[in-house]
Amino acid sequence: MMTRLLLDLPFFTVVLLVVIGLGAMVLKRNLIKILMGLSILESAVNLFLVAIGYRQDGVAPIFTNVPSLHMVLPTVQALTLTSIVIGVATSAMMLSFAMILYKKYGTVDARDIRKLKG
Amino acid sequence: MKTAVLYAILLILFGGLLYIVTDLPFGQPCKADMDEYFIRNSQTQTGANNVVTSVVFDFRGFDTLGEATVLFTAVLGVGMMFRKLHEGEEYEND
Amino acid sequence: MKMTKIVRTTADVFYPFCLAFGLYVVMHGHLTPGGGFQGGAVMATGAALLIVARSYEDITGRLRKGVLKVCEATGLMLFLLAGLSGLLKGLPFMANWLTQTGGWVGKVMEFGPNGGELATGGLIPLLNVGVGIEVLGGLSIILLYMISGTKEKKP
Repeated sequence: MMTRLLLDLPFFTVVLLVVIGLGAMVLKRNLIKILMGLSILESAVNLFLVAIGYRQDGVAPIFTNVPSLHMVLPTVQALTLTSIVIGVATSAMMLSFAMILYKKYGTVDARDIRKLKG
Repeated sequence: MKTAVLYAILLILFGGLLYIVTDLPFGQPCKADMDEYFIRNSQTQTGANNVVTSVVFDFRGFDTLGEATVLFTAVLGVGMMFRKLHEGEEYEND
Repeated sequence: MKMTKIVRTTADVFYPFCLAFGLYVVMHGHLTPGGGFQGGAVMATGAALLIVARSYEDITGRLRKGVLKVCEATGLMLFLLAGLSGLLKGLPFMANWLTQTGGWVGKVMEFGPNGGELATGGLIPLLNVGVGIEVLGGLSIILLYMISGTKEKKP
């Protein structure tokens, strides 16, 4: 079990990050902490995508002065790039929403904002 | 009570994901014909040395167009939100 | 809030280098790790440096929202026009019709490791530049809007 954990360390990190992110999202009441949980979940997805395309002793898929032709898979890296950019866009949107809510209600507590509705 | 249920659900999720992930071998991906094709043909078909760039901007260029549109829309949304917070209160005019 | 003179001077000195390095990452996106998004993010880091070092009122003279909006729209427009330019040749949308033709951006490449030639890739460097300009404008303008939202309300 222990050697397995060391061999598959990226995947176990992904599981840990998914659980931490989901836990922060469902257990916390502060909007900023909920957004932090969402960002952690996003990082877990990115790490999973990159880790699933890794080959033993592979090099980056760039042909400029490359030492060997044994390369890691490029498609998942392209998908990760897309995911990162969309993550930045959604983070900016959600942080702006949090700022607007704080200006309007004076608090970033999700339940208080629900109570203050209307 | 509710919190305890949530913790239990998270623990079950952790165990289940750990069980799934144990079967995944790290460093030996499954057979990927598409990636082999990209590595083999990206230089002769697109001329770019960087395979990831050639996938992002050539083979999946339409995807990148949507991505750029998402970024543009996010900027529009942020600009809309900070344009005017209350009636009669302007932040920026330029 | 204004930082000390040391921080402001350092930010002023490093701002052009940030832009230059971002431009390098964008231009070499098809040869080295990087590309339009990463280079644009590096260039936006320079804008973030200026915003951190100075107050919002000081910064509006150097980073104009109108210019950044034009940057963003121009980048997306360049991307779209480069994609549409294949239609003139009777090729599908986003077809890379400039590559491997022996022209000024289409040096013919063979399979295998090489030292890297800047004049390759056809449409890819153009798309990289478009996306780089767009990300520079987009991220900088998001930062500017958010810093303008934190401004104290005047009593």
